Amino acid sequence: MGQISLDKVTKRFGDISVIPPLDLRIEEGEFVVFVGPSGCGKSTLLRLIAGLEDVSDGRISIDGKDATGVPPAKRGLAMVFQSYALYPHMTVRKNIAFPLRMAGLSQADQDKKVNAAGAVLNLTNYMERKPGQLSGGQRQRVAIGRAIVREPAAFLFDEPLSNLDAALRVNMRLEISELHKTLKTTMIYVTHDQVEAMTMADKIVVLNAGNIEQVGSPLELYHAPRNTFVAGFIGSPKMNLITGPEAAKHNATTIGIRPEHLGVSGTEGTWRGTVGVSEHLGSDTFLRVSGTGLGDSMTVRADGEVNLHYGDTVYLTPNMAKLHRFDAQGLRIA
Amino acid sequence: MARAITRNRKTFNTAAAWTMALLLFFPILWTVLTSFKSEPDAVLSPPVWVFFDWTLENYYAVFETSNYFRFFMNSVILSVGSTILGLIVAVPAAWSMAFVPGAKTKDLLMWMLSTKMMPSVAVLVPIYLIFVKLGLLDTRIGLVVVLMLINLPIIVWMLYTYFKEIPGEILEAARMDGATLRSEILFVLLPMAIPGIASTVLLNIILAWNEAFWTITLTTVDAAPLTKFISRFSSPQGLFYAKLSAASTMAIAPILIMGWFSQKQLVRGLTFGAVK
Repeated sequence: MGQISLDKVTKRFGDISVIPPLDLRIEEGEFVVFVGPSGCGKSTLLRLIAGLEDVSDGRISIDGKDATGVPPAKRGLAMVFQSYALYPHMTVRKNIAFPLRMAGLSQADQDKKVNAAGAVLNLTNYMERKPGQLSGGQRQRVAIGRAIVREPAAFLFDEPLSNLDAALRVNMRLEISELHKTLKTTMIYVTHDQVEAMTMADKIVVLNAGNIEQVGSPLELYHAPRNTFVAGFIGSPKMNLITGPEAAKHNATTIGIRPEHLGVSGTEGTWRGTVGVSEHLGSDTFLRVSGTGLGDSMTVRADGEVNLHYGDTVYLTPNMAKLHRFDAQGLRIA
Repeated sequence: MARAITRNRKTFNTAAAWTMALLLFFPILWTVLTSFKSEPDAVLSPPVWVFFDWTLENYYAVFETSNYFRFFMNSVILSVGSTILGLIVAVPAAWSMAFVPGAKTKDLLMWMLSTKMMPSVAVLVPIYLIFVKLGLLDTRIGLVVVLMLINLPIIVWMLYTYFKEIPGEILEAARMDGATLRSEILFVLLPMAIPGIASTVLLNIILAWNEAFWTITLTTVDAAPLTKFISRFSSPQGLFYAKLSAASTMAIAPILIMGWFSQKQLVRGLTFGAVK
């Protein structure tokens, strides 16, 4: 259960095409993350799968059955919204039980499943509270609880962590990954945060202006980005992209080197520059190096204890084995 | 410093508010006082205010000459009936306008509201003729429909405003949770909109209760509500101010009491959404 295929799926709002014909296959039990900048169509794509938006063209099938015209309630999918979308007038218990009540389960069956979900999500002590009396993290858990009781074919998450503070976000990220390992149900997760994408996904779908730029595992995308967009989007801090004569030396229009693949030295190296702002994170230091003559300033990931300061001269040496080359269309040169 | 309200200004505001309130309340007070006067006292000039012979004779007279409770019951049936019918029509209408708006939704809403600006008398003849044809003259069902129709724009507008405040994602969540359209409206939308619906209901009952033009024109005996009851005291034998006042007091008392007890809800409902 939980295999989803999109076949030439298109979405237009009036004359504006948001999703051009798009093909995608999501395997059973996979954790797929749709990632891309704001407005890239990732949420629209999720809503098309959910049935909350109608496709303009193409076909969506779930477990081999055509689901294109099937209403959201009948698709057997569960969704967790960014705003949690809890029912404010119902207690936590009633919120979680709502899909079961809609499915016509007996009160005893509802109680059994709701209590089990409450226990899994550490909500047992809050069952009689209303959403207004819960913290952000607890509300998020209720939203997840409401999704899991349905035992859906797949879970759809629409930027579920973006309303949480940073610490809680890391915790919930782990909890959702944990949940995926336990339930082994297909999950589709939308985010603009590439860290979430890299840490949670089995498969990442990078979207840009409604187009799929690349589909692959987090490490595939990291090691072999298909084009300059993916190269710049995946990885933190982002890859340094260099054009001009320096790229031409490597028979490419653009070359890319990640901050962690640049060696730093105070005495010798390939490119000479000046240290600008440095960000000390303890474990690492991110240096902005300008004046290298390579266009924009370069970002370098150096050791946490590195002894370089604003205005110092540094030499950068790329790890040639990790250099990425792209052609005039921005596509990767193998 | 932000605009501080000085003591003098506060006193002035309070005085102005009281003056305005008393001005608005004066006709009601006058009517109630007159209803306890004898007919000769009621027409004295200059009027006597409090020091007259208080009497209940007008109320006895009103009760003796007409069946108050039949009029009262008709008022209840017409106002409650038209409100319920109005909700049945307006909830789906407001739902679709708020959550699946089309390109012309705003225009449609404005048009609906604009019908309220039309003088009722302009459609008197066609409606009267329709009532005659359909045998609806002096029937409760006919009046319920007319009262529902004239207040429908206000019900739709109010509900639309309240529904707009409800995040669409919650309704989408209900849809994802397997709710049919009916369950979505019944179990999610309506419970969340209860404060708004309550004030809509209250306002509509008050408007329907007070509506005089159609209720007086389209009824004679059977379906006649309290508005007709009042008007009957101003006819054949000339004006009897004291009895007319007693009848008026009896007609407005129920709605006044209801309004008094629900004023908090009404004010909250009418200003809802104005300030976020």
